[in-house]
Amino acid sequence: MNCIELNNINKSFGTIKALADINLNIKKSEFFGLIGPDGAGKTTLIRIITTLLIPDNGKVFINGISAFKNFKQMRKIIGYMPGKFSLYQDLSVEENLQFFATVFGTTIHENYHLIEDIYVRLEPFKNRRAGALSGGMKQKLALCCALIHKPEFLILDEPTTGVDAVSRQEFWEMLNRLKKEGITIVVSTPYMNEANQCDRVALIQKGKILQTDTPENIVASYSKKLYSLKSDKLYESYKLLEKFDKLSAVHLFGQELHLSTNNNQDTTKIVREFLDKHKIEVKISEIKPIIEDCFMDLMLNDE
Amino acid sequence: MNNNNNKIIEVRNLVKRFGNFVANDNLSFDVYKGEIFGFLGANGAGKTTAIKILSGLSYPSSGKIMVAGYDVYKQRNKIKRSIGYMSQKFSLYEDLTVRENIHFYAGIYGLPFKQIQNRTNELIEELGIQEMANKMIADLPLGWRQKLAFSVAIFHKPKIVFLDEPTSGVDPITRRQFWDMIYRSAEKGITVFVTTHYMDEAEYCDRVSIMVDGKIEALDTPTKLKENFGVNLIEDVFIKLARK
Repeated sequence: MNCIELNNINKSFGTIKALADINLNIKKSEFFGLIGPDGAGKTTLIRIITTLLIPDNGKVFINGISAFKNFKQMRKIIGYMPGKFSLYQDLSVEENLQFFATVFGTTIHENYHLIEDIYVRLEPFKNRRAGALSGGMKQKLALCCALIHKPEFLILDEPTTGVDAVSRQEFWEMLNRLKKEGITIVVSTPYMNEANQCDRVALIQKGKILQTDTPENIVASYSKKLYSLKSDKLYESYKLLEKFDKLSAVHLFGQELHLSTNNNQDTTKIVREFLDKHKIEVKISEIKPIIEDCFMDLMLNDE
Repeated sequence: MNNNNNKIIEVRNLVKRFGNFVANDNLSFDVYKGEIFGFLGANGAGKTTAIKILSGLSYPSSGKIMVAGYDVYKQRNKIKRSIGYMSQKFSLYEDLTVRENIHFYAGIYGLPFKQIQNRTNELIEELGIQEMANKMIADLPLGWRQKLAFSVAIFHKPKIVFLDEPTSGVDPITRRQFWDMIYRSAEKGITVFVTTHYMDEAEYCDRVSIMVDGKIEALDTPTKLKENFGVNLIEDVFIKLARK
């Protein structure tokens, strides 16, 4: 069952088109990712889903109900964690939580089971002002405050941006536990590899959805052949291959290059011969793409 | 390349205390000329503290630290002239145009006016942003802003450039164009000292250090780090170290 439904959403700010013809269906208890760089429109989309922003046109239905006309009702069932830390900096950890519980007509005690895992780590600091917490702690408190009214939907805007890899992993583990409680989760991120944490994702760029599917299906639908190239002269190879017209794209990938091609050619042989002329030895092997390969391919096709 | 004459940053027993808290706990490492050095660590591990000391913005509590041949205790102004700095949070003035930003930064570093004018035109041409040259930075897409910010940070031809999460939130294609610029400047002999939370980007570096709780727990080439820890990704090395 679709519990969040977006039909033909458009939103402009002045001359800037932030979202163009967005259609999206999110199912109950799904863990859904909005994946894209800064400026793609993720935050605008999230603000529309959370009824904080009204689109220029298009409709949003949550549990089959028109979201904007019934925004008060919607906000009771949505938990929202904005990208920017938005709790009261001069209230303590406990006071913030108390405040959000009261505003939503509940108590910390009533829904404590939902946040217990996360809150135990905050408890030693419960009398500290929220403004004086570390980044990781702020993030955990914000999550607790978004959950304390036991929402059906948890909507998180870039919860892992600027956070180190370990804290990011911990955060995803927390979200996965919440998913088991049956909460529908929508999360945005600029880190492409985090797509793999989600049931389904929408890849977003320049206000448009490039593709919506499971991470597995996105990778499986990559239409080109992809190769990894390794060499002692990697950067030199990259510069040469950029101008080599038998490939559709060449991308730096850490200590490798990823080469893609449309043709049914023996790419390994052709590339090896080409670089051999420049006295460069390489190792080439065909590989499976990752989400980032797919995203770049879709980006280039879109241009 | 790694002989002693080529050391551009030399850190011996760097300690920095804030009251009882030890932010940098006896760091020792070298960075070589033209190297791309990845400086990784968890939030709060002490990276920013160390960068502030290396860029002459704060004093260490103890230790011997030389940057670009200058002493961080006595020659901080000389250090500042020899380095460039770019951060993700603040890099350019949004209400100045592209051209004005370049002039402003070049002026601060004391380049002669004639030279600034010529080099500004060269840079605008090199980046292919002629039609954006008189636009406000606020009107530039993020990717362009970051590429320009990097060009501005190395405009005065520093010996070292410090990049603090330069590619955060940038799309994957622009991110690669950015790394291409980093490689080109490293080839010209500029040393690049970079922090990032994208663990796959660590693989672009010649060597990578990983800081945990104020100490450097690992420092090697990405390949060797992965070998030593028996994993396929730098991310796994990082998680193993930081979760200990």
